[in-house]
Amino acid sequence: MNMNYTAEELAFRNEVRAFLDEKLPADIAAKVKGFRRLTKDDHLRWQKILNAQGWYATHWPEEYGGVKWTPVQKHIWDEESCRYGVPRSIPFGVNMVAPVIIKFGNEEQKQRYLPRILSGEDWWCQGYSEPGAGSDLASLKTRAVREGDHYIVNGQKTWTTLGQHANMIFCLVRTNTEVKAQEGISFLLIDMDTPGITVRPIITLDGEHEVNEVFFEDVKVPVENLVGEEDKGWTYAKFLLTYERTGLAGIGMSKAALSHLKQLASRRIKNGRPLIEDPSFSQRIAKVEIDLTAAAISNLRIIASVEGGGVPGAESSMLKVKGTEIRQSINDLARRAIGPYAIPFVEEELDYEYDGDFLSDENAAPLTAQYFNNRKLSIFGGSNEIQKNIVSKMILGL
Amino acid sequence: MDFRLNEEQQMLQDTVARLVRGEYSFEKRLEFSETDAGFSEAFWTQLSELGLTAVPFAEELGGFGGGGVEVQSVMTELGRGLCLEPYMQSVILGGGLIDHAGNDSQKERWLTGIASGELKAAVALQEPQSFYNLKDVATRAEKSGDGYVLNGRKAVVIGGHCADLILVSARTSGDSRDTDGISLFALSPELAGVERRTYPTIDGSKGCDITLNNVEVGADALLGGEGGAGEIIEYQSGRAIAAVCAEAVGVMEMANELTLDYLKQRKQFGVPIGKFQVLQHRMVDMMSELEQARSMAILAASVADAEQSDERRRILAAAKNVIGRSGQFISENGIQSHGGIGMTWEYNFAHYAKRLIMINHQLGDDDFHLERYAGLLQAS
Ligand SMILES: Cc1cc2nc3c(=O)[nH]c(=O)nc-3n(C[C@H](O)[C@H](O)[C@H](O)COP(=O)(O)OP(=O)(O)OC[C@H]3O[C@@H](n4cnc5c(N)ncnc54)[C@H](O)[C@@H]3O)c2cc1C
Ligand SMILES: Cc1cc2nc3c(=O)[nH]c(=O)nc-3n(C[C@H](O)[C@H](O)[C@H](O)COP(=O)(O)OP(=O)(O)OC[C@H]3O[C@@H](n4cnc5c(N)ncnc54)[C@H](O)[C@@H]3O)c2cc1C
Repeated sequence: MNMNYTAEELAFRNEVRAFLDEKLPADIAAKVKGFRRLTKDDHLRWQKILNAQGWYATHWPEEYGGVKWTPVQKHIWDEESCRYGVPRSIPFGVNMVAPVIIKFGNEEQKQRYLPRILSGEDWWCQGYSEPGAGSDLASLKTRAVREGDHYIVNGQKTWTTLGQHANMIFCLVRTNTEVKAQEGISFLLIDMDTPGITVRPIITLDGEHEVNEVFFEDVKVPVENLVGEEDKGWTYAKFLLTYERTGLAGIGMSKAALSHLKQLASRRIKNGRPLIEDPSFSQRIAKVEIDLTAAAISNLRIIASVEGGGVPGAESSMLKVKGTEIRQSINDLARRAIGPYAIPFVEEELDYEYDGDFLSDENAAPLTAQYFNNRKLSIFGGSNEIQKNIVSKMILGL
Repeated sequence: MDFRLNEEQQMLQDTVARLVRGEYSFEKRLEFSETDAGFSEAFWTQLSELGLTAVPFAEELGGFGGGGVEVQSVMTELGRGLCLEPYMQSVILGGGLIDHAGNDSQKERWLTGIASGELKAAVALQEPQSFYNLKDVATRAEKSGDGYVLNGRKAVVIGGHCADLILVSARTSGDSRDTDGISLFALSPELAGVERRTYPTIDGSKGCDITLNNVEVGADALLGGEGGAGEIIEYQSGRAIAAVCAEAVGVMEMANELTLDYLKQRKQFGVPIGKFQVLQHRMVDMMSELEQARSMAILAASVADAEQSDERRRILAAAKNVIGRSGQFISENGIQSHGGIGMTWEYNFAHYAKRLIMINHQLGDDDFHLERYAGLLQAS
């Protein structure tokens, strides 16, 4: 057992730091650290820089432009990039559909889509959930009927994150209604510009437009957009979900949020002293920091146990639950730290360009909204209840 | 001991309930929230026409001398409707401060209007550094001729953006956080030197921060004796705490009703999600949190108008602590039980969830009141 980084790992960390020092645009880092709104362009600008470095696709084989990092290297990247204020990578293309295409797609699909994901030409979104199919994903109803060279797609997807920016959507569709639910699902790649697709915003409780409903009315999709075999989509979908889950513990993001919280608590005043010196508040921070330390080590142990860069199994469900609970309690404390100033919603201060006076603290405006927004962490990517069902079934044998 | 409302109290509650049901649909509330005031002037007028803005005041003012229980009846129903009107700010706290501290001519000048609903008061007791401690007052009032000159900054004044009268705490002597030396002034927001920065709140109403730059007021603006407002503010904010606890109970009732309905309605895996034991137990916990909250709201109402004592202080701190915790429990677990739909603007549950969290940031959160309670612990 050795809890220290090796010399090579330390060298890698230095390389990462040097890269971020030099290449991460200051305005983007400031937005991320201050929880300000990022534009589509901010994401694309950063993606280009990262891709030029060859560090964008960390799950892909090298032949397609990926980089082969060990689990520990990935961890170092996660820690450092969160600490520096690197924007969260939008996972739908690079970390979701790409691994599916690489594993189950045909050569033409690889040649067509993978380079466009790397370059940022395509922005993908995920069309899994439907109004009637949330946790019970396999009950999805969106129909795809084969007619000659095309599928005709009818139905509705919902909760489509950043679908308003996307030009491509990967969808689970029903191609067979005669068999068991899981056996009649196919995995389709759909161009969002195809006639018959309508995207409608869903505004979340914090007033943000982050998710959408996507309607399909007689949408013609060429059969070459089918990934793998017809009716085998559930296998691919589940393969993708394990990829989705690994990132969801969000340890790096929790560390960044915690450091933000501590700075905030050093600036806020209670009874004439910095809030961070308040006995009860500092204990609350200490408790969550301790939980995070434990979760970070669990995360490392699980990552390290995976041979050959694959993805962990049901253990990642446990991490997802713990990790999201920790992030949510950090958000809870950040809101508490600003006291009565949690109540105002000063929307203009969410803009990075805002140059007026700050109502209270320069980083206060997004905190309450973020607390509410991050209630999603325990709902999406498989709700925490579903994750616990997985653990009790797969690990405990209950 | 009898926990039932008497006939008049029940009638009062029914009246408010009927009004809220008729006038405060979820859709209308969203519209009210979008207006400049951030609430419905028409609904406010209806409240006053029914005499509800006069509930806590003496009969001479058109009121019926209502105490904690009457206020509770009104507030719970306003909570069920997520009503945005500044009833607590103007009638309970604003009116309470003037009633408690004002002289006859001040009462006649302002309290009559508050009771009739024609005048809306807002209360500016918090400051950027005060956190929730209302004795942490840095705003200064210097004697000048017959009157005073006020300088300082007041934080998160709900309803302050459109109030006719603002009640401001300011220090006439002493150091910050001393109880002595705090004075209370009633001033018009139109006075020279009063600057307001207005904003919406996350739970749908509006408020402002107020900067006072050499604001000159006459001696008649001083409510009560110079330097003696600390205890009056503490006492009256205790009444406001009881009122907000009652409101929170109404919000929680609705949040639980909506969640329970959803558990029965929403199907996944071929069954209503309410068939899953984890959600059943959570719903049971949400129900018992509500009952804990209700008990404390009742207890708080019973001491709201009692003479000040450590026992009253303890009960009010305990009540606000419980309300803060149970509110957060119901808010977070209610969202979770709904899944994605619980996070959307278009569905009313999310607005109840937000209000519950924001109530915790009004008049002190559960941490603040836990600390207060601990400071008042009896040895045996
Ligand atoms: C902000 C946000 C972004 C999202 N982005 C996307 C996206 O980009 N693409 C996409 O396809 N989807 C997305 N989703 C959808 C997400 O995956 C679903 O919300 C999630 O699967 C839960 O489904 P549901 O919301 O329908 O809740 P439901 O499945 O109706 O669940 C309601 C409640 O019941 C519980 N429950 C359900 N079944 C069980 C069970 N068997 N045992 C115990 N408890 C159970 C749940 O845990 C939850 O508490 C997003 C959701 C949100 C909130
Ligand atoms: C100190 C003591 C005094 C007692 N006195 C008496 C007495 O005077 N007279 C008498 O008749 N009995 C008495 N009991 C017995 C008591 O009623 C039983 O222990 C109790 O009913 C639980 O049964 P069990 O111990 O067989 O546990 P089990 O029923 O086997 O339960 C084991 C666990 O499973 C859980 N569980 C079981 N079913 C469900 C379900 N459907 N859903 C979710 N969880 C479930 C239980 O909550 C428990 O956590 C006593 C027990 C104790 C410990």
